[in-house]
Amino acid sequence: MLPLEDIRTQIMEALPGAACEIVPNPGPSGQDSLLVDSASVLDVARFLRDDERHQFDYCSNTSGVDWLDQKVSETVKVAGTDAEGQANEVEETLERVIPGYLEAVYHLYSVALSVGPLVLRVRTGNRSEDVEIPSLTPLWRSCEFQEREIFDLYGIRFSGHPDLRRLLMWDTFEGHPMRRDYQAPDETLAFASANGKEDAS
Amino acid sequence: MAINSIEAQPDVQALSQQGVHVTSLESLYNWGRSNSLWPLQFGLACCAIEMIAATMARHDMARFGAEVFRPSPRQADLMIVAGTVTKKMAPMVVRLYNQMPEPKYVIAMGACAISGGPFRDGYNVLKGIDRYIPVDVFIPGCPPRPEAMLDGVIQLQEKIRGQKLTGPHRARHADKSVRGDYPVPEYAGGDLSPPYNPEIWSPPPVPESSAEDESDSET
Repeated sequence: MLPLEDIRTQIMEALPGAACEIVPNPGPSGQDSLLVDSASVLDVARFLRDDERHQFDYCSNTSGVDWLDQKVSETVKVAGTDAEGQANEVEETLERVIPGYLEAVYHLYSVALSVGPLVLRVRTGNRSEDVEIPSLTPLWRSCEFQEREIFDLYGIRFSGHPDLRRLLMWDTFEGHPMRRDYQAPDETLAFASANGKEDAS
Repeated sequence: MAINSIEAQPDVQALSQQGVHVTSLESLYNWGRSNSLWPLQFGLACCAIEMIAATMARHDMARFGAEVFRPSPRQADLMIVAGTVTKKMAPMVVRLYNQMPEPKYVIAMGACAISGGPFRDGYNVLKGIDRYIPVDVFIPGCPPRPEAMLDGVIQLQEKIRGQKLTGPHRARHADKSVRGDYPVPEYAGGDLSPPYNPEIWSPPPVPESSAEDESDSET
C-alpha cells in the first residue's frame, strides 16, 4: 500500500474540498488511520474504491467507538513574572476539554492489488441521540449489517442506509448498550421490594 | 429403583430369582419413559457442541435411551437448555417449553443456563433460565464435559423413576388441575417484563448487614 501521506495527497488532489487528515497511531502496530469529515466521506470512499491506483474493493470490518469527553492538560510557556519579580517565561498548565463524540471505523482492503487495510474514521459532532453520518453501504454491501450493529449498540444513524434497523437487540429496546454511559437495568430494587413483601406476610 | 418400591421387597426379589417378575404399573410406566427421553433439538451456545458430542459415537447418549433429538417441541419431552440464554431469546425458549406436551423435563446445562455464567452482568443475558421455567437437573460446567451431560441424563432418569402417579405428591403431569405452561416474558424497554416468574423463582434474600450498611451511608 502507498504511504498514508501519499494517499491523502492524492485524495486532496482529486477532491480539493475534502476534509481529510491523518491520525497517527503511536502504538507498536503503527497503524495510522485516515480521519475524514462526515460531509466528504462518501466522495472520499468512492474515490478510494474507484480510483485505478487504490481499488479498495472490499470493506472487511466496520466498528463503532464511543469517545467520552477528554480532559487534556498542556504545559505552555507564557510571558509573565517569575517568583523574583522579573519578567520571564513562566510555565502555565492549561486544561481544555475535548468534547466526546462517536466514531465509525472502516477497514478497507484491495483484493485486486492485495493491499490493506486502510483505516478510515468518521466522527460525529457529539454523543447525543441524534447523530448522523453517511452510510457507506451503497459503496460496499458488506457494511450493511455492521452499520446496523453500530446503529443498534452505539446509536449512530447512517443516512442512506437501505435498511437501518436494530440488529442484535429487539426492535423496541431502549438505549444503546455499548455506549459507555449505558446503565443496564438494575434488579436490586425489585429484589429488595420482593424480599420486603415476604417479610410483611 | 426407588427404595420402598415393590421390587425391593424380599419376597418379590426371591420370586424374581426364579424368573417370576412382579412389579407395579407405576414402576413399569416410569421405567419405560425414563429410558426413552426425546430431547428437543436446539442449542444456544458452546454448550450445545458438548451436547452434540455427548450424542455422537464416542460418548453415545443412545446407551441411555436419549438419542432421538426431535426438531419439534410437540414431539419432545426433554428440553436441554444448552448455552447462554439472551434476554432476546428467553421468550422463545419459554414458548418452546410451553409447546412441549406433558410429561416434560428441563435440564439447564452449563453455567450460563444456570445463572448467566461469565456473561451474567451482560446487558442482554438472562441470569438463569430457572427464572421462567422449572428446571429438573442443573449441570454445572463451562461447558460441562459430555460425561457430565450423561450424568445429568442419568440423574433425570432417577428422578423420573421416583415420580408418583397417584396421591398428593404425584408428578405434575399426573395432576390435571395443574397447568404445564408458564407465562412468556415480554420485552419492555431495556429488560424483560416480568424479570422473573414469582411462582417458581424468588430472588435471593438480601443480607441484613449489607442492608444496614446502605442505610448508614444514606444517612
